[in-house]
Amino acid sequence: MKPLTVAKILVFAAACIPAAALAYRFYRYLYAGDFNALTANPGDYITDQTGTWTIAFVTITLCVTPLRRLTGWNQAIKFRRMLGLFAFFYVSLHLSTWVVFVHFFDVGFMIEDVVKRPFITVGMAGFLILFVLAITSNRFSLRKLGRKWQSLHRLVYVAAICGVVHFWWLVKADITLPRRWAVAVALLLGFRLWWTLRPRLLARKPDLA
Amino acid sequence: MNTGETVRNLRYLRGIQVSVGRTARLNPPYREAAYNRLMLIKQAPDIRSSEITPKSVYLRRREFIQASAAALVAAGMGTFADKVAAQGGLAKLPNVKKSPLSTTEAPSAYEHVTSYNNFYEFAPGAGDGPKNNSKNFKPRPWKIKIDGLVSKPGDYDIDEFIKPFALEERVYRLRCVEAWSFVIPWVGIPMADVIKRVEPTGQAQFVEFTTLHDTGRFPMQRTDLLEWPYIEGLRLDEAKHPLTLLAVGVYGEVLPAQNGAPIRLVVPWKYGFKGAKSLARIRFVDKQPLNTWQKMARNEYGFYANVNPMVDHPRWTQSRERRLPSFVANRRTEMFNGYADQVQSLYAGMDLRKNY
Repeated sequence: MKPLTVAKILVFAAACIPAAALAYRFYRYLYAGDFNALTANPGDYITDQTGTWTIAFVTITLCVTPLRRLTGWNQAIKFRRMLGLFAFFYVSLHLSTWVVFVHFFDVGFMIEDVVKRPFITVGMAGFLILFVLAITSNRFSLRKLGRKWQSLHRLVYVAAICGVVHFWWLVKADITLPRRWAVAVALLLGFRLWWTLRPRLLARKPDLA
Repeated sequence: MNTGETVRNLRYLRGIQVSVGRTARLNPPYREAAYNRLMLIKQAPDIRSSEITPKSVYLRRREFIQASAAALVAAGMGTFADKVAAQGGLAKLPNVKKSPLSTTEAPSAYEHVTSYNNFYEFAPGAGDGPKNNSKNFKPRPWKIKIDGLVSKPGDYDIDEFIKPFALEERVYRLRCVEAWSFVIPWVGIPMADVIKRVEPTGQAQFVEFTTLHDTGRFPMQRTDLLEWPYIEGLRLDEAKHPLTLLAVGVYGEVLPAQNGAPIRLVVPWKYGFKGAKSLARIRFVDKQPLNTWQKMARNEYGFYANVNPMVDHPRWTQSRERRLPSFVANRRTEMFNGYADQVQSLYAGMDLRKNY
């Protein structure tokens, strides 16, 4: 096997670990009599876990380009789609917990939630973006959309911001965790801004001197 | 296939015992009939009263489905039932009298009640943080101060303070503002007995409850997570209400640290955050105290904080709740957490939308 294939398999396996850990807790809860394996509030626990891993994978995906630029290791791009699809995988689980555990398929409650509660509204916006990006992540869409593909996929920046705002707005008092993700996302987006503006900034330097 | 059918079929496949609300139970041989009864299709002739679905339940198909789902997802729950009685191995409280004010609902598991807590002095957010971070907490020595507008103020050692009072077991529903609930067998002293003994003066209109401020005992008090110390308050008539309790134990034993050792407030018709924990001071005052969560977010948490399904929290509905360990909302939240008959007269003529 080519080293890249091996690396891809390893990354894939690593990205499955959070889901596997959750599945294992489920198993312990249902079949091993460990009735605290998912805490006393399993619905909230699973929602929190899948939400956290969504933001994590969006953030990891946003690391690919800066990594390439800073190290010159262009192969990194080969992992981007997989990482992005894992973000979509976790956000789908996260959304499912809301559909099943929070509202139990009650469409009326769900619509009310999206309309009335800003943190749900931005969360849903983030999900819809990741959904569109996931279904256009194949070669066919890439070819079909041409130059528009890249503009479309820049929406992942908006999705990342939606995720952080969603998290920030839902906590009661302790903003430690949402703040950490906000800093990470701000740095990664800031890097892109700096990279884009860099030629102009560098060109202006002699004037300033 | 509609959702109800899906749930029913899945349940049949798994052979799960479903319990809806308080009493209805589906036993394997009678599943079909019982299901029909729940769904109000036809009444079976021989129903024991314990099997009759409360009217309030069968009229709400939506909640029935949710409750079924709870049982469905928590398929293993049957095997957990025997753990409900498991205790924490802490000191047993002697001479505890049962109270007619207790609910007959089955108490939640000790393990859940003592590992899923909101106690910001130990850790932020609901979960096992307070349990894990309070392993070295020592509830003795402990002083409690009674002061303000009372004729008999005093500084007491906690055991001296408790001694004159009779301990009662009160099994109460606890409804958290985060839309989950437990049923907890508290052991404590009726607040009314304490009030009688300390004799508030005519000017006293409110009671302020303050958690101990001691960064050595409560690590999070070193941060600015909340404004310390934690303060809660009640109107004097609320404090005097027979349901209001100063709890010193749960499940017949002394309180574990994470539940508010050595003494805490319990007001079962209000959201859980009104129940200030680890009390160091009870002060009688003439002005409405500014409670901590109101200070933190005035638009989300008020002074009264009565359980009210009609007034939503800005970020979630209060109309339903998860009776833990259910995965889903399996109960419609009741006005005043089901204690309306006893307490609604306290709020006659008040706009509870404004006074949330």
